[in-house]
Amino acid sequence: MDLEKLHREESGRVLATLIRLLGDFDLAEEMLQEAYAVALEKWPSEGEPSNQRAWLISTARHKAIDRIRRDQRWEVKRQEIAKTAPLSAPPAAESEVDSTDDMFPDDQLRLIFTCCHPALAVESQVALTLHTICGITTEEISKAFLTPMPTMAQRLVRAKRKIRDANVPYRVPPPEDLPDRLDAVRLIVYLIFNEGYFASGGDSLIRRELCAEAIRLGRVLCQLLPRDTETHTLLALMLLHDSRRDARVSADRELILLEDQDRAQWHADQIREGTALLESALRAGAAGPYALQASIAALHANAKTSAETDWPQIAALYSALLKINPSPVIEVNRAVAVSLARSPEEGLALLDDLAVRAELADFHLLPAARADILRRLGKHAEAAGAYRRALALATNDVERRFFRRRLSEVSS
Amino acid sequence: MQYLLLIYGQESDWWNIPPAQSGALIEEFGKFTQELTASGKNLGSNRLKDVASATTVRVRDGKRVVTDGPFAETKEQLGGYYLIEARDLDEAIAIAAKIPSARFGSVEVRPVFTMEQAAGR
Repeated sequence: MDLEKLHREESGRVLATLIRLLGDFDLAEEMLQEAYAVALEKWPSEGEPSNQRAWLISTARHKAIDRIRRDQRWEVKRQEIAKTAPLSAPPAAESEVDSTDDMFPDDQLRLIFTCCHPALAVESQVALTLHTICGITTEEISKAFLTPMPTMAQRLVRAKRKIRDANVPYRVPPPEDLPDRLDAVRLIVYLIFNEGYFASGGDSLIRRELCAEAIRLGRVLCQLLPRDTETHTLLALMLLHDSRRDARVSADRELILLEDQDRAQWHADQIREGTALLESALRAGAAGPYALQASIAALHANAKTSAETDWPQIAALYSALLKINPSPVIEVNRAVAVSLARSPEEGLALLDDLAVRAELADFHLLPAARADILRRLGKHAEAAGAYRRALALATNDVERRFFRRRLSEVSS
Repeated sequence: MQYLLLIYGQESDWWNIPPAQSGALIEEFGKFTQELTASGKNLGSNRLKDVASATTVRVRDGKRVVTDGPFAETKEQLGGYYLIEARDLDEAIAIAAKIPSARFGSVEVRPVFTMEQAAGR
């Protein structure tokens, strides 16, 4: 029996139901740990139950009841639980609990919406989601986010305390709130993915795991909300990006640009899945920011070579994205797409327009994009100047090494 | 004429008081509240939960903006209050967003401290 694997796969679902039954995050977590301890002791000799999830829920619930009976302080809580779960029942026979897992499909959604509640700070939402739903330890989360362990632990404690003290409801939001709340959930899932995909520091294994967890969360959300096309496009976007994971960093951890990547290393199954998800969502009317970004990613992923990339369409998609989601990163990306779709000069002109804006003065990707277009034009001296500027502004080590490499190429 | 008395202080001070002293302080609060009520001058009073349980609600361009934490803008001043009964934080936020000032100012949502909940932990 692989208890760690079981923990990873089941803890989110089991916790989701336990939190509803017990009405308390900490008590639910603690009792689940105790249930795992019982499993570790009993399963090897008595055999594994056929429905492990139901067994864990039932055992944890009875542990909680024992705890509450022993502890006077829990009297109020005991009365609350008495309303939701039969307290006097003996440990349920397996036949009795077999259906537990299918009885509460909404518990997972309840937990997701509670962890991603806007009344919690964004970094707390991220930490709580990873810890409670994905079953990732505080230590691993603190490593992934380069945050000291006590800080991360404190963040989790505070978030759970706020849920309790402010009475954040444990439920799927009503229809009128659902669009906004779903936006918040998707944002958290995408933040987790981006933290794994784009950040350079920290343990690369843990970062890869963050991407995998975000994709797993995306799958759960799609399963729970089969008609929410925007969520489907988010999953498509993550799958398409992640399909390049083995090709985008070299063995010595150097960044490899899209055009230079070995496309044979891209994961074709993920590209197929992501593209199919995207296409069916687009047919169903998806047109939000994730749909547009996934469409761009799909054009890249399905181009046989860099030269065959459909740059005019990518440029048009960036323009559409800018209308709903204005951002300097998208502006720069659009200028690069235009430089490849029409002419380098047009791309440079767009970048020049951006460069005069004060808020972009310290944005390193602007000189970096400029340098790259100049390099393609063979204007090496000018390109070197722009790479130097990018190097001076960039803070990410992987990017800095990349700019240095390019700088020495155009300088030689 | 009615007056609203707002109590300010550092939460950490409160938690750092030795138990014996805090017991005396709670008693003093109880006595004060009793006397005030007996005099017919207490129209309502509550202790609030920690500021960590606060949520700030604004409405901008017709969209509800909910953030963690207390209202922290020193340029704006307290201008009024509603004491409401709500099922949970979501309902409290929904009501807060309907207060006209939410469109240009901010509304801080703070749960009221209750002895029953304190005992339930």
